[in-house]
This record gives sequence, C-alpha cells and structure tokens, in this order.
Amino acid sequence: MSVAVKTFAKLADAAGALSSERGARFLAGGTLVMRALNEADPSIETIVRSTDPNFVNIALSSGRIELGAGVTMAAILAERDLAFLHPVARAVGGPAVREAATVGGNLFAPSPYGDFAAALLALDAVVMLAGGFGQREAPLEEFLGRRERGSALVASVVCKRPAADAFRFVKVTRVHPKGVSVLSIAAQLPLASGRIAGARIAYNAMARAPVRAKAAERALEGRTLDAAGIAPALAVATDGTAPVDDAIASAWWRREILPVHLRRLLIGAGHA
Amino acid sequence: MLELRKDIFADERDDNLKEVGQPTQRQDMLGHVTGTSAYYDDHRFGNLLHLKVLRSPHAHARIRSIDDSVAARAPGVKRIIRAADVPVNLNTLLSLIQFGKDDEPSLATDVVRYKGEPVLAIVATSERAALEALAQVRVAYEPLPAVFDVEEALKPGAVSVNAAYPKNTFEYYNKYDHQKLRFGDADAAFAQADIVLDERYQMSPIEHAPTETNGSIAVPDTNGRFVVYTSTQALFFSLDTSAKINAVPSNQLHFIGGTVGGGFGGKVDTLTEPLSILAARLLGAPVRYRLSRHEEMQFGSPRGGERIYVKDGVMRDGRIIARKVRAYFDSGAYTRLSSYAAVKCAAHIPGPYTIPNVYADVFCVFTNRTPATAMRGFGVTALDFALECQMDKGAVAVGMDPLEYRMLNAYRDGDMKAHRREAKNCALLECAQVAAEKANWPLRDEFRRMSSRTGGGAQRVGDSADRTRAPAPAPAPAPSARPAPAAPQRVAYERPAAATPAHNVPPPPPRPPSPPPAAQPAGSTHGAPRFSSVFGTRRR
Amino acid sequence: MKTPVQFRLNGDDVAAFAESGANLLDVLRESVGDLSVKGGCWQGTCGTCTVLIDGLPRLSCITLAESCAGKSVETVAGLRRGADLHPLQSAFMEHFAAQCGYCTPGMLMAAKALLDRNPNPSREEVVDAICGNICRCTGYEPIIAAVLDAARGDNRRRA
Repeated sequence: MSVAVKTFAKLADAAGALSSERGARFLAGGTLVMRALNEADPSIETIVRSTDPNFVNIALSSGRIELGAGVTMAAILAERDLAFLHPVARAVGGPAVREAATVGGNLFAPSPYGDFAAALLALDAVVMLAGGFGQREAPLEEFLGRRERGSALVASVVCKRPAADAFRFVKVTRVHPKGVSVLSIAAQLPLASGRIAGARIAYNAMARAPVRAKAAERALEGRTLDAAGIAPALAVATDGTAPVDDAIASAWWRREILPVHLRRLLIGAGHA
Repeated sequence: MLELRKDIFADERDDNLKEVGQPTQRQDMLGHVTGTSAYYDDHRFGNLLHLKVLRSPHAHARIRSIDDSVAARAPGVKRIIRAADVPVNLNTLLSLIQFGKDDEPSLATDVVRYKGEPVLAIVATSERAALEALAQVRVAYEPLPAVFDVEEALKPGAVSVNAAYPKNTFEYYNKYDHQKLRFGDADAAFAQADIVLDERYQMSPIEHAPTETNGSIAVPDTNGRFVVYTSTQALFFSLDTSAKINAVPSNQLHFIGGTVGGGFGGKVDTLTEPLSILAARLLGAPVRYRLSRHEEMQFGSPRGGERIYVKDGVMRDGRIIARKVRAYFDSGAYTRLSSYAAVKCAAHIPGPYTIPNVYADVFCVFTNRTPATAMRGFGVTALDFALECQMDKGAVAVGMDPLEYRMLNAYRDGDMKAHRREAKNCALLECAQVAAEKANWPLRDEFRRMSSRTGGGAQRVGDSADRTRAPAPAPAPAPSARPAPAAPQRVAYERPAAATPAHNVPPPPPRPPSPPPAAQPAGSTHGAPRFSSVFGTRRR
Repeated sequence: MKTPVQFRLNGDDVAAFAESGANLLDVLRESVGDLSVKGGCWQGTCGTCTVLIDGLPRLSCITLAESCAGKSVETVAGLRRGADLHPLQSAFMEHFAAQCGYCTPGMLMAAKALLDRNPNPSREEVVDAICGNICRCTGYEPIIAAVLDAARGDNRRRA
C-alpha cells in the first residue's frame, strides 16, 4: 500500500537497490515518477533516490561534456559554457518544471516528451550506467532502443562539444511559449570546406523514443546548406520514423510538417 | 478605458448611472491574492474518508458481472457502494423543472453507455487506498456496438444509446423528436433566390478544464443533517438533485458553495455530491469525492459537438430571403443540459437578421460519448459561429463588404422575427457602426446613416411586387417554438418506506406549456424601466 | 508507513508525519494545514501548486515531501507582512489579475520567484516566468501587467 522510500549517498548503492528491490523506481526530479505515485501506479513499491554529488555534477573539459543524470534543465541554463544547449533546456516546461526535469529523466520520458534526449542523440551521446560492477557505457541510441526492458540506472551522459554553431534545435508546439512537442528536431551539422561532413539529425515525438534520421543524414553528406543541397534529405526526412496519434497531434500531421520544419532548421533561421 | 457611447439612443437614456462604467473591485479579490478564498476543498476534518469511482473503459457495453470481493478486503477500504445502494438511481438534472425523463444513473446498472461512466464507488481512508482497491475490482463487460456520429445515430437501425429515448433523440413534450421553427415558405424562396449557399459546420466538443476540478465533501452534521461543501455553480439545483437521488427531504442537506475555481458551465451537473452524500450517510463520516484531472477530462461534461447545416437563399442585392438550418446537438449518452441547448439554439435562429422565410429543425441527439452540458452560451455560441461564417460566405458570394452585408440584413425595430415576435430594442446597426469606426473599417455613407429605429416592420414590407417577402405577419403572438417553462414547483421528497431503490421510476406527466406572458405595459415599477428589454418598455 | 518531514514554512519550523512517498502539496494541505496552496492536476502540468523551495519555483504536487527536509518553503500564505500586502498582491488587485482566483496562489509564487532574482524583468521574461501556470479565466494579460507593475513599483521604492 505505502511505498518505501530509500535514499543512498552513493549512486552505485542506489543502482543495486534498483535491481534488487521489488517494484523499484528511481526518483530524480519527479516529473514522471511522482505523477505515477500520485495516480497510485501499482507497479511502484519502492522509490530509490541518491544524494551522490556526482549525480548532479556538470564536468566540462576541453571538448568533453559530462552531465550527471540528475542535472536539471535549470542547471543547464545556469551554465554559461553550455549555451548551445540552452535552446533545448529552455523549451522544456516552465520555470518550475525546469527545476525538476533532469537529463536522465528525459531519457526515460515517453513520447512526446524527450526533447533533451533527442538533442543528446544528435550529439552522439553515450550513457554511463551505474551498478555494483562499476560503470558501464552504452551508446544512447542503443540505450533508447531497450530502455523499457532493463532497470538500469543512468549515472551520467557524455558527449563531445560540437563545433561552434554546428548544433541546431527546434521544438514545434501548439501552445506558446511552452507546450508539449508536436515534434522537435536536433541537428549537428559540421562543415568541411562549406559542405556537410558527418551530420547527425535526431527527432523527438516521431517514434516511441527519439530516433536518428539516418536516411536524411546520408543524403546530406557532402551537400551544401541551401535549397538545392538539402532537397534529397528533405525527400527522405520521414524515413525511419513511426509517429503515433496522441492528444497533441496525429501521426499524419507530424509526418506532414516534419520536412517543413527540417527545411527551416537547415536553411532558415537555424537556432530555436 | 471603458467608453460609454451615450450619444446613441440619447433621447431614451436616463443617465443616472452610478456603478455602470466605474471599475469596482471584486469582493473576493483580497481572498484570492492572500490564498484565503475558501474553495470547497479548503475545509479539513480529522476523519475524512475518500471516495473514488470505477469507470467504464468501453463506450458501450453490457455489464455481465462485477466481482468486488477482493477489493472489499483491501487495506483501508470502508465501504463499496454499488448501483443497488443508490436510493434513486435514475435522474436528469432538469427533472427539477419537469423537463425531460430521468435517464442517467449515478452508478450504471446493466449497461454502460460512454467511456468513463461510473460503475461502482469505493470509500477508503486515503485516495491511494481507494484507487488501489478499485484496481482489484473485476468487471466482465460484453462490448456492444457504439455510435459516435449524430447523423449516424438518427439513421434507422442505429445503435440505441439511451434507454429512456430509444430513437436517440430527446423528446419534447413526450412527442416531438426535435425543435421546429417555421416561418414563411423557405423552399419557395430558395426557388426565387439568385444564389443558394448550402454549407455544413462542425464543432468539436470543448472541455471547460477549470483549474479546480469538480468535487464535494459531505459531512454529517449534529442534527442528522449533512453539510456539503461543493464546487457547484448551481447550488440549489445540486441540493435538490442530491436530495432526490438520496431520497431525503431537501431540508436535510445544507449546501455550502461559494468560491468556484472556474466553472464555465462545467460545474452545474451535480457530478459528485449525490455519491459523497450517500457515502457520508452510509458511513457516518465526512467523505470527499474529488475528480482527478483525468476524470475531469473524461467524465466531466464537455460542451457537446454540434453539426449545423445552413442553407441561405440570397438575392444579388444582398438580401437574404430564406434560411434553412438543420442542427444536431451531440448530447452524448445522457441528456444533462443538452435538451435545453437545442431549445436555445432554435430560439436564436436565424440570428439577428430579418429573414422572411425561415425553416429550422434542431435535434438533441444521443451518442456513446461523454454526456454534454452547458458551457459559455451553449446552444447559441456554436450556432453563431456557423451563422457568421455563413454570413461571410454570403457576402463574398454577392460581392459585398461583410459588415455591410450584415447591416443590410440586420433586425430593425418593428421587424417580425421568425418566432413571431416583433423585434424591439435592436442595436446591431449601431454596434456595427461603432465597431467600424474603431477598426477604421470603411463603410459606405448609406450604411453609416442606417438606424435600428427606421426601415423596419411595415416599412420593410412595402414593395408589393416583392414576392420574396412573407405576407404581413399576424399581430397576435402565436405560441413560440420555445416551450415556456412551467411555473416553479416546490418539490417534496418523501423518504421511501422500504429501502428498495427505485431504478426506473416513470417520469411524472409533463405539464402543458403555459401561454407566453402578455407584454408588460409601459410604466413598470421595475427598477430600470428604460433599459429593460424583458418588459419591452425601452422603445415605444 | 508514516515518515517524519521537517522544513521551514514561511519562516517557521513545521513538522508532520507524512505517508511515505507523499508529495509536498498533500503534506502542506492535509498534514501541515496550509490551505493557501491549491492543487489542479497532481500531474505537474498546470502550475497551480507552485511554491518556492529555497527561493526556486517548484511544483509541490510532484515534489517528494521528504526531500524538503531542512529546506525553506514559501507559499502565498507567507507573502504579506502582517497587514501589509506584498507589492505583487496589491498589483494583482489593482489590475484585476484574478477572477475565480484558483490559479492566483501559484501565479503569485511564480512571479515572486522571478522578481526576487530579476527585479527589472522585460515583458518576455514575465511571460516565461508564468508560462508554466495555467489560467482559465483572465487571458493572462492582466497578470502580466500586474507583475510588470509590481516590478516598477518595487524599483521606485528602492530608488
């Protein structure tokens, strides 16, 4: 009937409890788990928390970014050296939600939530998993593909700092200034001699979890960022997506507008 | 910021206005900004119990069996309330004014008719305990075909939704399956018209989504009465409805409302009080029944979706000579207030325009959706959307400015309306002129000079060669298409001798409509004689 | 299972025995007796339950009550100083920034979180500050005007 709440100073111990306790769920910011608790979700019997300072740490070294899974959107916004991620963090909820919503939590948020996860996917992020065995890592794409099956505890997320001005993000909502995503697009567009070299494009709310737009990425390789250059990529923009109907938008609508917003992101204003 | 155009109708004004035009602070504003305004849930009791409801997951299904034995033993559960426990388990809100048959159960008996319909209630020591117990209840449903479209619901052989109205329409006076308005000869006029515009308009249901959800707390009082704190907008309706369903005299209930955290019409249906009171009676303890946000969306009434067909016959010079309206109100599975919405709709047709040939049929239709109710001018707002879109299309069709098109067709004093009442106190022209002035919308001189006081009535029906006009209307007012409300009745509820619940009490025979009141003579003692359109004394 | 929760509420120490896993909104209303905080959704989506925790705006309905141990919580009940209204409260009154009043406590706390940190916000910053608070009555403009007015008034007083 009651849930048990267990708090651990060390993240590894929290990970251990997560896999050993019955009906255990990890609580970071609360946007997902507290809501489920309020609705008496019967699958939750134990809440696991951690006060480990590493969990909320932002570590920036030359070119490497490590975000503790407990880092909030507000903390990202307060970090000047993460300015390129500010458009993403700012688009998540209002100020109170941003004080609670975490990097790690967003990796588990069901569609159409998952804007920050999509951004990390476009940054080729790697998740560091905590456990009694020490840390293990997994590419984010692989992790998102199997997130429902495990009881993994994400300790942090690591990625490389993108080249200046190479990262772009747009969130499409019906309610302004903030609202749940109809869809969002994150893109890393490195240029070599004015041509795209190794683009990464990720979508949120175009499938059950954030996905890479690999067909569009391939079609952009070696192209210029202009109308003619991106046309082949736009033609395959929705390849590999499987959007669903939900309270925010229909699958049909999402498929219709995605190429429009991708085009604007690539050759329009750019940053959200 | 508020500008009063006292120059308009200046000769009829008695400008002793003290309050109108001055900002006045709300009496509850200090409470709002200090967080001390008391909403129904701002009362605490040491032994408060919590009621939550099990709801149908199906739009239409037969209930084969309910097994609540495990739930009854769940921790914290004090009582399970089943359909058989509800003393009067069939009601309709407007039965209090003898309008409509009792059609909606507080807890479904053998059939569920919309997704979210209440099936069973559990009272427990915490909301969490009640929700966990609900999850243990096993209901065997046999899904039935369902209908979600108003016109599909009216086809022969359609799924029958509401047992009290097997043909899926509300019955007015136990006889008529729709509201009817007839004036002149629309079909003949369409044959004469230069342009015919036939359009279809469709509204979605709209959820009020107040920030405070529906809820109530029923508290046993010291002398065998119950104090009920409620979010209702309709305190007396809710009290009498709750008394009827609980089969107690209404003086046993002390309803305390007050500050409502947003209503907009969504808190008139007495959704929670009957069961919270029943639970308090059964358990002798205070009981709160509060809708979650999800329940507010799914189970709380929306403004129903309307489908409205409007066909206009228009002359090249911009006069609308015929209007045919066919409107369907999606009442969902039960009546609630949709019967009244259809009446208001019929009363509003054809809009504030003088049209000599009007033909309208307005249906209140039952489908397997959440029952619809009042919201912000329900019955009229959607119709106005349809009519005004139609006006814009008409203006385009004849190549006329949309504002001038409306002004040309607007009511003037003395015009005979389709309801066979003379138009009085018209002001659409003056409003349009001021709006045009404010918006810098150009109007031709002829339109800037128009007045509601001239050009109406006999003056309009001047051209004998005008075959498109209806014959001069009879002076005596005939009964309007809108039923006059029965005189208010004091309702006495006797406590039944036996405890057997009455499920399908036949409704009392409806009173025949009383004739409309004669127009009040000038010089009424009412406090605002000049501006009272009720008494019709503003203009001679 | 009950668990002790202790924190500072509007400057005073409070304590309660709360259901394990309870959210702060329920603890404030049911156990501590602060009814000035309102609940609209219990899902973290409407902002009605906004309070300040250590000066930051938080949704009390999705905040684990026991995570507030030792922290400073502010609700609208603590806004006024004795009989004197907080400038935000006066401004809301003057601008008719409430109708049903249910969103008002949350709006005031969201606005306070802004002005405490940014005494001279732009209109855009005010809009962002309240963008997580739903109002079904006013259309938001009177609220935005009230917050801007309260900020200007504060600045005048400080100058």
